[in-house]
Amino acid sequence: MRASFNRWVGSGSPWVWITAGAVSLSLVMVFGLLILIAANGLAHFWPARVALIEHQLPDAAPERVLGEIVDRETVAAARVRDAGGQVPADATVVERLLIKVGNRDIGGSDFRWFAAPEIATTTYPPDAVVIERDEWGNLYGYVKGLREAGEPVAGDWQTELVTRLERRHALHETIERIQKDEIGAVNYALERLRLRERAKSTGEEDVAAEKARLEAAYEELTTTLAARVAEIERDSLLFVTAAGDEREVPLAKVVRVYAPNAMPVTRKIAHYGTKLWEFVADEPREANTEGGVFPAIFGTVLMVIIMSIVVTPFGVIAAVYLREYARPGPVTSAIRIAVNNLAGVPSVVYGVFGFGFFVYFVGGSIDQAFFADKLPTPTFGTPGLLWSSLTLALLTVPVVIVATEEGLTRIPRAIREGSLALGATKAETLWRTVLPMATPAMMTGLILAVARAAGEVAPLMMVGVVKLAPALPLDGNFPYLHLDRKFMHLGFHIYDVGFQSPNVEAARPLVYSTALLLVIIIMSLNLAAIRIRNRLREKYNGAET
Amino acid sequence: MSHGLDFNAMREGQPAQAVDPRTPRECLRIEDLCLFYGEKQALHNVNMSIPEKRVTAFIGPSGCGKSTLLRCFNRLNELIEHVRITGTVKLMGENIFDPSVNIANLRRRVGMVFQKPNPFPKSIYENVAYGLRIQGIKNRRVLDRAVEKALRGAALWDEVRDRVHDSALGLSGGQQQRLVIARAIAIEPEVLLLDEPASALDPLSTLKIEELIYELKQNYTIVIVTHNMQQAARVSDYTAFMYMGNLIEFGETKQLFTTPKHKQTEDYITGRYG
Repeated sequence: MRASFNRWVGSGSPWVWITAGAVSLSLVMVFGLLILIAANGLAHFWPARVALIEHQLPDAAPERVLGEIVDRETVAAARVRDAGGQVPADATVVERLLIKVGNRDIGGSDFRWFAAPEIATTTYPPDAVVIERDEWGNLYGYVKGLREAGEPVAGDWQTELVTRLERRHALHETIERIQKDEIGAVNYALERLRLRERAKSTGEEDVAAEKARLEAAYEELTTTLAARVAEIERDSLLFVTAAGDEREVPLAKVVRVYAPNAMPVTRKIAHYGTKLWEFVADEPREANTEGGVFPAIFGTVLMVIIMSIVVTPFGVIAAVYLREYARPGPVTSAIRIAVNNLAGVPSVVYGVFGFGFFVYFVGGSIDQAFFADKLPTPTFGTPGLLWSSLTLALLTVPVVIVATEEGLTRIPRAIREGSLALGATKAETLWRTVLPMATPAMMTGLILAVARAAGEVAPLMMVGVVKLAPALPLDGNFPYLHLDRKFMHLGFHIYDVGFQSPNVEAARPLVYSTALLLVIIIMSLNLAAIRIRNRLREKYNGAET
Repeated sequence: MSHGLDFNAMREGQPAQAVDPRTPRECLRIEDLCLFYGEKQALHNVNMSIPEKRVTAFIGPSGCGKSTLLRCFNRLNELIEHVRITGTVKLMGENIFDPSVNIANLRRRVGMVFQKPNPFPKSIYENVAYGLRIQGIKNRRVLDRAVEKALRGAALWDEVRDRVHDSALGLSGGQQQRLVIARAIAIEPEVLLLDEPASALDPLSTLKIEELIYELKQNYTIVIVTHNMQQAARVSDYTAFMYMGNLIEFGETKQLFTTPKHKQTEDYITGRYG
């Protein structure tokens, strides 16, 4: 027995088992995490059925509630009893249901817990509708009809609603455009004019004429805007809640109306696609608990790109000096060790440094030198996109240096000597032969840098990320790329939605969706870089052997 | 040990076997050359004179300093840390260790081919044009002509004429070595240093390289380091035997292989050590 065990150990197969087990465990954890995020995040956009619940308390009239069953859990009966719930006396555990009841402006809260024993009946009425609104969350009820300027609309409400909602969406888009782009551009121009006026860099008449022109444009835009707003407010929707209250909701606020219980699967899939697209391509609403995360995607990607543009040349140049020019010795070794250790400094420390150095010192100096007429309003002396990118570049530069140095070490001496023997100087050899051959290693460094930077949140909170940015850092106003603006970031968005949201239950599915999106984006950025690296490797392969 | 070579005296001794009826000019003159790797001395007072447009072979056991000596001629040793050189090497009368000498210019005049083929990971064309591009030549016509001439000179043109823009890494080892020779002669050096150019190649490729060396000596002074004594006997006009950093014997190849003056040389070429 003992001998055979020893033989088994000696054969080496325990090592195979242990190593393979470690790999399998890692795979299980990684895929488990991805599946958890994906399942929770993607299910959120599927149109859930609307349940009509008859809520019966012993000494009260039955209450009817419409809503989506979000969650079920089994809790100790005592807990429900303490909370005022009706539970059979002999029960020790009781099931309770979390229902998204919506109608926040009527009932006060979106979500309610119901103990299962209190629920008399659960039905799914086919005419129950979900009214999705711009603000204040969903409404659940039954449609009674439409009104145009206060007068009831004749005919089938369903067809009327479709055409009227289309009109509403078109008008809504116009209003958004006027408010954001056109009035925004005029305001931007006015602000620049005001600064010029303060700086007294142009003639008084010029300023006055320009100002009059802009103000006239502004007046015109506000008049159009008012007209459009009046038009959009023409229609309203009449509906009845489950309790029987009749309410009117202006169509201007309604995004879509649908009856999930009567929807065939194809319609549900179409609805799912629309919601998913809205999540990726739209701006957030409702304190980030509704709508999309487009500004956060945009901010994350733009920041990573700017960081890459800064960190790659900087890291490569530093690595070239350390490997090619610096005389090997204790000083160079010390610098190399210090660089390697920098990669291990906690990122929040970089955040503090970035805030103190970039924002206050560099940004403050830039403001003094170039934007003095705007002070005391800071331009660059406040957290923003540029400072975030630079802070992350600082955070990831050791990774690029180490990877590039390794690549340079791997270039065979024969290649360098071959070039030198042809009369090339050291610099020519570097530029024409050594650096191109080290590009795959540089790409490896960049891949690691991007992977680290895209997921960082802590330092960004100090140097430029905000919960809700009023404008994208890229727009149609000169100079188009506004590096001084604050921006949104998916990582911070997860934190904000998950832990800072006033409406926890509504926000929870979005945490998963956003996390999934962040993982997908980092993976895509990495895959793109890996593809480029593999192409480069193919090109230079064979020379390294 | 001094081994200044008097070509005329040598010819007088064996007039029938003279390599060239004309007296070859002196191309490289090495005087009292010593080289130290840190504390360790690798070359001891080497004195010799390498004739122009002839093939001179360096033979000797591993570690005897023959490659080190070769790499003095284009100052490639100076890339290594803690190397110290004393004495002089004169190329056409000019000391190459003089501070006023531009190393890049020197290396254009003294080309080198290494033991293992080391083409750059670029196209065949760009490999050959490399030295010319370094010199700032951009004219496509000039480059085309120079590349073709160099490839023909290295007996590679007929094999690669249809794929000069393909990667040089796709060539066979022997082709790569001839490409590297083409790369070296594209900048028209005066001297060509070959550091065991055939030791990584198969017999057929070796033969091609040896034929090529025979062709090339019409235009270039060639110094070749080799382990292979038959090769030295086949391709060279003059042979130097080195041992432990000392130049033991230097003379016409035929004479050195048939009637060596030194016991050590005789032992080595008869295979008693090395």
